[in-house]
Amino acid sequence: MGKDSMTNLGGSGERILDVEHLSMYFTTKKRGRTSTVKAVDDVSFYVKKGETFGLVGESGCGKTTTGRTIIRLYDPTGGTVKFDGREISGRMDKNLHKYITDNIAMIFQDPIASLNPRMTVQEIIAEGLKIRGVKDAGELRRQVVAMLEHVGLQAEHASRYPHEFSGGQRQRIGIARALIVQPQMVIADEPVSALDVSVQAQVINLLNKLKGEMGLTILFIAHNLSVVKYFSDRIGVMYYGKLVEMADSEELFKNPLHPYTKALLSAIPEPDPINEKKRVKIHYDPEIHKYDESNNPSYHEVAPGHTIYCSDEEFENYRKEWRA
Amino acid sequence: MEPILSVKDLSVSFNAFAGTVHAVRDVNFDLMKGETLAIVGESGSGKSVTTKAILGILAKNGHIDSGTIMYQGEDMAKYKEKEFYKIRGKKISLVFQDPLSALNPIMKIGKQITEALILSKSIEKSKAKGRAIELMEAVGIPNAAERYEAYPFQFSGGMRQRIVIAIALASNPEILICDEPTTALDVTIQARILELINEMKRERDLSVIFITHDLGVVANMADRVCVMYAGRIVEVGTCEDIFYRPAHPYTWALLSAMPDLHTEETLFAIPGAPPNMLHPPKGDAFAARNRYAMKIDFEKEPPYFKISDTHYAATWLLHPDAPKVEMPDILKHRIARMREEAERG
Repeated sequence: MGKDSMTNLGGSGERILDVEHLSMYFTTKKRGRTSTVKAVDDVSFYVKKGETFGLVGESGCGKTTTGRTIIRLYDPTGGTVKFDGREISGRMDKNLHKYITDNIAMIFQDPIASLNPRMTVQEIIAEGLKIRGVKDAGELRRQVVAMLEHVGLQAEHASRYPHEFSGGQRQRIGIARALIVQPQMVIADEPVSALDVSVQAQVINLLNKLKGEMGLTILFIAHNLSVVKYFSDRIGVMYYGKLVEMADSEELFKNPLHPYTKALLSAIPEPDPINEKKRVKIHYDPEIHKYDESNNPSYHEVAPGHTIYCSDEEFENYRKEWRA
Repeated sequence: MEPILSVKDLSVSFNAFAGTVHAVRDVNFDLMKGETLAIVGESGSGKSVTTKAILGILAKNGHIDSGTIMYQGEDMAKYKEKEFYKIRGKKISLVFQDPLSALNPIMKIGKQITEALILSKSIEKSKAKGRAIELMEAVGIPNAAERYEAYPFQFSGGMRQRIVIAIALASNPEILICDEPTTALDVTIQARILELINEMKRERDLSVIFITHDLGVVANMADRVCVMYAGRIVEVGTCEDIFYRPAHPYTWALLSAMPDLHTEETLFAIPGAPPNMLHPPKGDAFAARNRYAMKIDFEKEPPYFKISDTHYAATWLLHPDAPKVEMPDILKHRIARMREEAERG
């Protein structure tokens, strides 16, 4: 397979989400002093229709903030987000707002905290439909039951409350709630990291199945690299608010270039004692870049679809390394 | 090699509102001197309860129903609270999952380390500070002398876990129990904490019980592995036995449920959820989720079948009359690939 065809893996190639120079700063005031945390800083990436884009990084790197800023749980400090060709990062009129909430849904990490304990499963899942004007009780019931069966639950679960379910089942309810409005894109923020290994696989398989059936585009945010690799067509690696490297998933794991990506890949524990004990762990030191006024980092494309955040000088070295 | 700690037929249960929860059922293992023994299982499998029973820190409604915990020729299962004082934090230390809740938020960390030193009576009060700083250096805390005066919130998660390890090592214990020590940490930090535990173990000749749900971490750390399910050890073996020659269908399922970096097939998901330990199922607890289950699995609890001198598994599949069943393809391929990689060096 040529490099060019690899960039088209999964998806039709049409961009559904375009994030450009997105920044989200949080300022806090403490004893009169203001301090700014650049949670997301000049992040650019795009997601193609029908693909899964994985966003990985360690806690505090800004991956969750990126997801939340895209669906406007926060107002971005700078940059633009375009969904389906329309800008959604600035002021939105009522129609656009409706269009966005109809078409982007979110699945959260914590299946306990994200479901209202006082609502039945029927009420939780039907809420989105009700807001969108479906009033007929029979119709609501019919759609909820269909959705429940779609995500591997049963009709009789509709009248129960969240606490009656196990973690994996609750995550299925969260998925049903997100998908009932038939969105084009889903932002899944660590959807399996709160689950046990044996249940994780059920939920990953379910998401994969639904993606195929409903033609979903997924922005998959997670810290577990093995899961992200398995699930995503393309991957972006974040470090301290910056997107440091982005490539097709195969390419990223085969030719990681940014030292942080290398460190991250070397730290993944693998279920293989002999090789694991021999493996050398790489340690990333952000000091090595020595960025200054004259040596500013920016996005460079090393190969088609493989971008890296680095200075011009580093870029030359990365290019040589990539060719080698 | 002789066992330093020996757990025999240990059963632990909890009185809950809804009835008695049988959290640990007939658990047997020996911890050899100088080895790392990993106990792997999902949440609720009884792995943490087992170690809490060893240290006598079960919740108030929990109690040891039967079994012995032999250490230094005495049965710790019969100990009264007072007798634990000479063991807990002195001979056997514990590192918890969440370093923030294991540390006192309003006490300087230097004080917390010297407290452990003084309580263990291994050192005079006047020398405690110097020794504490040495310990902080040993566990890799930079500028130890300055950081001695800092509070826990001033440290990152990884550094906090290093402090917890320093406290655990303060008394020069023989046994270190690590209960999910890296679960709350990021992968790159996790790798460094695991390295630290390995290094401390070598330097101090520790015996380590390592509890985790992450099989990848086990591969890196363990000499031997116990796999727990529903309060029982279902398979025990050396690290190589468990990862290259797993024999219990639960171990197969657990190994093939997680993707690795080469996985492309559909994951082998375990259907259903672990059983409710208020009413442990009759027979093999895994039977209801086991695609290879036979009639006998629902009727009679399987004994341990010997596979080799180091490797035992509790599954009827190993009975001579059982049909020959092979592990899932996804796992077979992975093991073949790992072997190849190991040979290539």
